[in-house]
Amino acid sequence: MALLEVRQLRVEFGAPAHPLHAVDGLDLDLDAGEVLGLVGESGSGKSVASLALMGLVDPPGRVSAQRLSFDGRDLLSMRPAARRQLLGRDIAMVFQDPATSLNPCFSIGDQIIETLAVHEGGSRRALRARALELLKQVEIPDAAGRLDSYPHQISGGMSQRVMIAMAIACNPRLLIADEPTTALDVTVQAQVLQLLLRLQRERGMALLLITHDLAVVSEVAHRVVVMYAGQAMETGAVPQIFSAPQHPYTRALLDALPEHNRGQARLQSLGGVVPGQYDRPHGCLLAPRCRFAEPLCAQARPAMQARGNGAVRCHYPLDGTGASPGHPGVTVEATQ
Amino acid sequence: MLAFLLKRLAVVIPTFIGITLLVFALIRMIPGDPVEAMSGERGMDPARYQQLLHEFGLDRPLPVQYFEFLARALKGDLGVSIVSHEPVLREFIDRFPATFELALCAILFAMALGIPAGMLAAVKRNSPVDYGVMGVSLAGYSMPIFWWALLLILFFSVHLGWTPVSGRLDILYDPPRVTGLMLIDTWLSGEEGAFRSAAAHLILPAIALGTIPLATLARMTRSAMLEVLRDDYIRAARAKGLSPLRVVVKHALRNALIPVVTVLGLQVGVLMGGAVLTETIFAWPGIGKWLIEAIHRRDYPVVQGGILLTATLVIVVNLIVDLLYGVINPRIRHPR
Repeated sequence: MALLEVRQLRVEFGAPAHPLHAVDGLDLDLDAGEVLGLVGESGSGKSVASLALMGLVDPPGRVSAQRLSFDGRDLLSMRPAARRQLLGRDIAMVFQDPATSLNPCFSIGDQIIETLAVHEGGSRRALRARALELLKQVEIPDAAGRLDSYPHQISGGMSQRVMIAMAIACNPRLLIADEPTTALDVTVQAQVLQLLLRLQRERGMALLLITHDLAVVSEVAHRVVVMYAGQAMETGAVPQIFSAPQHPYTRALLDALPEHNRGQARLQSLGGVVPGQYDRPHGCLLAPRCRFAEPLCAQARPAMQARGNGAVRCHYPLDGTGASPGHPGVTVEATQ
Repeated sequence: MLAFLLKRLAVVIPTFIGITLLVFALIRMIPGDPVEAMSGERGMDPARYQQLLHEFGLDRPLPVQYFEFLARALKGDLGVSIVSHEPVLREFIDRFPATFELALCAILFAMALGIPAGMLAAVKRNSPVDYGVMGVSLAGYSMPIFWWALLLILFFSVHLGWTPVSGRLDILYDPPRVTGLMLIDTWLSGEEGAFRSAAAHLILPAIALGTIPLATLARMTRSAMLEVLRDDYIRAARAKGLSPLRVVVKHALRNALIPVVTVLGLQVGVLMGGAVLTETIFAWPGIGKWLIEAIHRRDYPVVQGGILLTATLVIVVNLIVDLLYGVINPRIRHPR
């Protein structure tokens, strides 16, 4: 049984008559100790989905799912207090912007100690010793001296290490990292990512890594879910999903990587933006931007279907090499 | 910190000069003079009138009078009351504890109700609770003090008979003056009923005077809280599994209080202005009532000295608040 099981997760905002579907029927499975990459461009619903997993979507946002379970326990039917007990202890989260995610009024030691105190308790001295130990584990230089520092006194990279220390304080089984390196300097990004992966391996945590950086995902993730406009477009194992993308969107993301554009004057890009509340296509969500789109794509929204060792949401999946689209006449039986 | 203090003090000097000029000029713009006020309706022999003016030094050119006032004030000599022949400073010190006690109780009343009300309104944003708190505070802010004080007297003193109409203490009691604060002096005297009487006399004036600061604090706390509640560290705190109460009271309020404390300092000026009205209506023997009487009698030295001292007080309190700002804001207390 998967550690985290998500079926048909929906998050909606705005008036019930004209809702904005931030997440529209997302399925996720995450096993203990697995690293799952959740990728997609800005506005694809990655962050909102992670907040929904944490139970941090506030009204008027609405969260629903066929199934949302952690370790066999149904998160949606849980009382709020019981669900809060899981947060920070079994499920922890690292946020995108470390500089603003630490409370400026409290020392970093206090903020780490708070997590420990709420979930595990103990004497102030013992908790302080554990906080110091955690700072050492996240490789903060002069950890003892930093315990009483305030967030404005440390750099962004160091802040993210503190956030990670706070997240792993109670040995969570699932760590959700929402673009943990996006706000950092490029030189620091790799270090923080290496740290996250080392802790993941040492502690056997499951890691849900949310990012728009395909290069990062290709290096560290076991499996990948590609999201677009609130829906999963393709899931698959690494490295197959990168060597042979089946969805035109996955392929477009890969084509946009600088590594795939050596010797060219311009990078390839996917024109247009993610559809919003009022221009959401009736058919395939990608159809208006897809260079392989056929008439059927604008008429009917494709369902997620298993293909190979992954799944893809496309009427005309690309063939194994990712080189050309399947011909409509050939693959039409794949659609209902 | 020393540089900050010196910079602030440098700003204070022109402020002081402005205050002395204003108060010197304004009191002399009111028709009449001390001698005329003394002579009453029957008038006075012109020769005697000129003689008295000369005795008080009021027949000299205005610039001469002003610079003499300034020179003496710099030496700490604020002159002698024309009416009572007592030194102005002495009279001020005698009456100050009454005003201090009233203002302190008023601001405590305002803080005790205003800050929680503002928090509640922010947390229950756009709910009936929010509209209720904001509506009541707008009414409180808009209500003229003299009108509000009369309503309070009519209802609680006249209609219900719960509190006395005016004064500081029942004439039955005469506690020895230790601190000048009636609540403490009556408590120290141990006389039965004296403390109760002092409290009963204080409560209505404190409410009347505290209402505007109460409304200001409630609105200020609400807007500061709304801003803080949107911050990333609030979401991060919730992700640690903290209870909503702890998130609001510890993480949000601590940050929201930083701007609120600044507003608190500005309320001292409001309180001193309000004290003039409140003390007059409740016959409270403090600075406000003393100044009003001095203006009626054109007691120039008392008006000049009294207002200068009051202004000094407001400036000093604001300076202290600015220093306090450093205490509650770690970004100032612990520079990088």
